[in-house]
Amino acid sequence: MSDTSFKISVGEALTAEQITAQASKPTDAVARYALRLGDDALVLAQRLGWWIARAPELEEDIALGNIALDQLGHARSFLSYAALAWDKTEDDLAYFRDEHEFTNVQLVEQPNGDFAHAIARQFIVAHFQFELYRRLTGSSNDMLAAIAAKAVKEVDYHRDHATQWVLRLALGTEESRRRMIAGLGVMWPYVEELFEDDELVTSLGDAAVPPSTLREDFDRAVGAVLAEAELDVPQGFVARGGGRRGVHTEFLGPLLAEMQVLARAHPEATW
Amino acid sequence: MAHQASDTRASAMGTSVTTESDSAGQARFDELIAADQRIEPADWMPDAYRKTLIRQISQHAHSEIIGMQPEGNWITRAPSLKRKAILMAKVQDEAGHGLYLYSAAQTLGVGRDRMTEDLISGKAKYSSIFNYPTPTWADMGSIGWLVDGAAICNQVPLCRASYGPYGRAMVRICKEESFHQRQGFEILLHLSRGTAEQKAMAQESVNRWYAPALMMFGPPDADSPNSAQSMAWNIKRFSNDDLRQRFVDMIVPQAEVLGLTLPDPAIRWNEERGHYDYGDLDWDEFYEVLKGRGPANAIRLERRRQAHEDGAWVREAAAAYAARQQASVVERIAS
Repeated sequence: MSDTSFKISVGEALTAEQITAQASKPTDAVARYALRLGDDALVLAQRLGWWIARAPELEEDIALGNIALDQLGHARSFLSYAALAWDKTEDDLAYFRDEHEFTNVQLVEQPNGDFAHAIARQFIVAHFQFELYRRLTGSSNDMLAAIAAKAVKEVDYHRDHATQWVLRLALGTEESRRRMIAGLGVMWPYVEELFEDDELVTSLGDAAVPPSTLREDFDRAVGAVLAEAELDVPQGFVARGGGRRGVHTEFLGPLLAEMQVLARAHPEATW
Repeated sequence: MAHQASDTRASAMGTSVTTESDSAGQARFDELIAADQRIEPADWMPDAYRKTLIRQISQHAHSEIIGMQPEGNWITRAPSLKRKAILMAKVQDEAGHGLYLYSAAQTLGVGRDRMTEDLISGKAKYSSIFNYPTPTWADMGSIGWLVDGAAICNQVPLCRASYGPYGRAMVRICKEESFHQRQGFEILLHLSRGTAEQKAMAQESVNRWYAPALMMFGPPDADSPNSAQSMAWNIKRFSNDDLRQRFVDMIVPQAEVLGLTLPDPAIRWNEERGHYDYGDLDWDEFYEVLKGRGPANAIRLERRRQAHEDGAWVREAAAAYAARQQASVVERIAS
């Protein structure tokens, strides 16, 4: 399905402002799909932004800040596009929806914990997003394809960053190995949810990427890194998921309360 | 490693042993300074010049690093996604500035670990301005407009500082700072033209930041002991009071455009001087904050200490992994 007349070539800079000004209105279903991808990126950016001025070294302040900025950029693109369907703005969607209206996967809302937790989360998300965006570049929806084409290049770097840290931490010192294993153990219960198909995705046909189709490549890529790091794929708890339906862990509420506090204190204001 | 060699020589000089090569070095150094040329890391330089630069550049680097905190405070609460992205990019730029300044200081023979330890132990100073808190969003505007604005007045002349790595780092930093200042101005302009509450938020914030920003130029010339030597060495180009005047002359008309007032009733145009007059500053407060009795000194240092200590196991892991990789390369070459 192609509901946009707006054509943008791969690699051309695509900003949230351009999408708002130039894209045509997506269908409700396309918008809901863009919203969930945007929510993943937004909540992750919010988590990563916390690290700036708290990272283990200055180079990591910069690296995690960069990754947070990339994710925020992707979020703005997806949310700006989704917002067109409902005559809203990216900020209406980011700041004036309640917890149960957020459709991000539960993995991205998990707390930062120590650096190994953050790297474990980043390792899983980056591999997932890379497989997803890589396929989404072939979406029959030109706008989703264009956003994915820009995002996939950035996420490829995030994947490399996380992979390098998994190796360093797993093969560094005894303590770092223990912490890396613990971090992966905390995040792994949220892996299953990433690959669940649902009605929305199925209804979109060629416009969307069914997450179940990413699992094999994800397992292969992640498995290769874990093997090199001499780590086992964590076994054990599997969370029930439900993020795509607005069901969240206890951690999303406080995250949103903080993110939205100022905007909601001045609902009439622009910034 | 030329800088290590000259460090040894510098400490020898401390015992008043002057060698022939020192005399030649001093003559060459004096010649370069007189011709307003650059001193480079491998060049001979007087011990005091090296020490002054290490102190100044590392303080500047520390200021960038500590300066990430008051703005970082609002990253998670920025009121729009666009503002959040701009703020994140800005704080990230500051980390980058810290990185090139630490690198410039390293060319003088001091390690980053040592500088970090001096910062955390409280031995090294950083700009007192970052010991003020950021309770409102408007502070993101005031920091950009006033604090970065004052920093630019201070730093543009440093692009011509006689020490090459410092001057070159400043060129890049100043480009980004002037962008930051425009962003801050734009935040305040938006608030000032927004709701009554937003405008009040902007005015209240400017009222708090005005005097501390003016004090960023340092004490009045009469009370600035290191200035004369730094000027003779072409590190500093203008006096504290000259720079402060330049800043006041810049911000008074900008405040008018913003529709905000500056909290100093003495500000008025002086036709005779061709400058704006302004009132006396409370230097007691300046020295209090400098001595560690500011609103947020303990918070800023504690946060840096905590990040550094919490990250120790990560840095150790990275070092152990790098050593292991290197050993395996050596093994492969040997076999």
